Amino acid sequence: MDNSTSQVIHLDHVRKQYGSFTAVEDADFTIGRGEFFAMLGPSGCGKTTTLKMIAGFEQPTSGSVFLEGVNVSTVPPYKRNVNTVFQQYALFPHMSVADNIAFGPRSKKLDESEVKKRVGDMLDVVRLAEFADRRPSQLSGGQQQRVALARALVNYPSALLLDEPLAALDLKLREAMQIELKRIQREVEITFVFVTHDQGEALTMSDRIAVMSQGVVEQIGTPVDIYKKPESLFVAGFIGSANLLPSTVSQFDSAGGTVMLQGGGTVTVTRDNVASDVTWATGEEVTVMLRPEHLHVTVERPAGDALQAEVTDVVFQGSAVRLVLQLENGTEVTAIVGGDVDLPFLRPGAAVWLSWLAASPYVLDGWPDLAGATTTNLESIEAAL
Amino acid sequence: MTSVVSAGRKWGESLSSRPENVGLGVMLGLGLGAVALAAQWVKGPSALLVAVAMLAMAIGLIYTAFAGGLEARKSLAPYGLLKPGIIWLCLFFLAPLWSMVVMSLSSKAGRFDFFPDFTWNFENYRIALTKFRPQFIRSFSYAGIATLLTVVIGYPLAYFIAFRGGKYRNILLGLVVVPFFTSYLIRTLAWNNILADEGPVVSLINTLHLSGIFESLDIMQNGKLMNTPAAVIGGLTYNFLPFMVLPIYVSLEKIDVRLVDAAMDLYSSASQAFRKVVLPLSLPGLFAGGLLVFIPAAGDFVNAQFLGNPQTTMIGNSIQDQFLRQLNYPVASAMSFVLMIIITIIVLIYTKFMGTEDLA
Repeated sequence: MDNSTSQVIHLDHVRKQYGSFTAVEDADFTIGRGEFFAMLGPSGCGKTTTLKMIAGFEQPTSGSVFLEGVNVSTVPPYKRNVNTVFQQYALFPHMSVADNIAFGPRSKKLDESEVKKRVGDMLDVVRLAEFADRRPSQLSGGQQQRVALARALVNYPSALLLDEPLAALDLKLREAMQIELKRIQREVEITFVFVTHDQGEALTMSDRIAVMSQGVVEQIGTPVDIYKKPESLFVAGFIGSANLLPSTVSQFDSAGGTVMLQGGGTVTVTRDNVASDVTWATGEEVTVMLRPEHLHVTVERPAGDALQAEVTDVVFQGSAVRLVLQLENGTEVTAIVGGDVDLPFLRPGAAVWLSWLAASPYVLDGWPDLAGATTTNLESIEAAL
Repeated sequence: MTSVVSAGRKWGESLSSRPENVGLGVMLGLGLGAVALAAQWVKGPSALLVAVAMLAMAIGLIYTAFAGGLEARKSLAPYGLLKPGIIWLCLFFLAPLWSMVVMSLSSKAGRFDFFPDFTWNFENYRIALTKFRPQFIRSFSYAGIATLLTVVIGYPLAYFIAFRGGKYRNILLGLVVVPFFTSYLIRTLAWNNILADEGPVVSLINTLHLSGIFESLDIMQNGKLMNTPAAVIGGLTYNFLPFMVLPIYVSLEKIDVRLVDAAMDLYSSASQAFRKVVLPLSLPGLFAGGLLVFIPAAGDFVNAQFLGNPQTTMIGNSIQDQFLRQLNYPVASAMSFVLMIIITIIVLIYTKFMGTEDLA
């Protein structure tokens, strides 16, 4: 990687400590030019603190923050060429939309004609030209959001930092703004660093995601990698829904092997179903992750690996049907089947078989805190934190 | 027969469609009634007024009576809430004001005639504006300086409490108000002891040999702190400081601190962020504080009386003197009215330049 041109932000073993509490532990990663980078994690995971260290509102306890190759660890925010879109937007209530957007360029003492031109351009980018003279309080939430974006982008920062920018919007508007944000990012070609606790948002918009938990960066990767090949049980459970089934290794070598599910049943594993560097001995504790949408539900036992289960709940969700099932050992799992499936056997109490394609399962080290379906109940995630 | 009924109903409806007229009629009636009663008491040109007021009241009542119907009563309800305030203001503001204006144009028939007669006597105003010009000027300059001092002292104080007070905020605010637990007079008299010639402050200044500096700044005169203009202004500043701190605090406290972060994120240093964001957003408080300090300070007579000397007399002292000692009600009334007019003009100009209605 050519360091000088392609990397915009580099965190070098950054640590942030408040008293005895470690907010961020050894964050060490690089964000490239033009990238849409998300920091994802539950509240209190250190993602906002990391963002504040990039913005300059916090300084790392140890380690360094590099911006365009320059160490800015102790540089105050007003001397850093990054801009932030704040969670509640923090628009200046005593200024018009145009003056809000002009704030940065005017602070930089740019020529007033240049300021006017930039503000006009930016109002067009966020499609708010006709609202230039309004006060922020006269705008809707989505419009305020776009003003906040324009106010930051008008400075042509090296990177735009967004702190939960969509959290204050309702669902429909949030979805529209996700698309809008992507459009604007493509248009201005500026690096976006985006903090969110909403994994759907991160998966939809980002080029790469850093999943954080308790101050630690658990994994950095593309949305597909993070979803399909989580590197930790936390990531597996936090991203999307997953059925995490505690198992033990029966046999495993360079070509793959089999693992035995707790409570019965075996799963055939190939090299593609595990991280590339694992070597497991027989009897080792592992977890099989099966995504709900990868489970097939049949009445007859299919050929190959399969598990017997009893349907406990059928939830119609429009485009799909979510089934809650119980394995023989009592573990609860969920499966999602197409909305067109209207089979009479899908009723509470029905005995069914669960099967999957050979490529579907993914096997990770260790046992989960809670066996079975995750993320379908938020309490278990919160409790695990 | 039916046509008469429907015509009556129509009239009622047309009235109830403009309930604000009804409310205004009632208020006007009540107000003029009170004014007329007051005018009667001071033997002013009141006979005509009483007639007009009675008529207005009658019209108001008729309006109210005819604008019946549930809808009309509903839309009248907000005016109902105004009633106690309106009555209070009519009785204790409008009526005395009218009586004062009438009095200011009256003259005494003889030295011992208690009730002056209304004679369009503008001589009272000439006396007020010429003989008492120095007191007027002194009052407004003392009040102006005191207002500036309360800003200089009060703004940082309010800023500290609002942004750095943390969990001690309420205690600190309480401390600002604590002096009010003692009477105004006692508080002012206490300064008499503090600033006295043998008091702690003068002793300290003398021990440190700083009296020369204080003399050159005109704070001390002839080795004294007491009975100087500085003492009067200091007393005003001290007594009215909370009226500056509290409104500024309220407007600062409402400011989202993330706005300062946003300003700093947008290339403003801390001082620029203060100037461009915090200060403009706290202007309503500063504005209110200015009014709350300047207006009573301009009319104050307690500080000048207890902390000043005969050369520091403020207009309040002169008015008090004319009213209570000289029993010259007409001149005293003229002085009061002039004071009111000047304050009103100053406030209007001030509002024009610091007008903050769009900041709310």
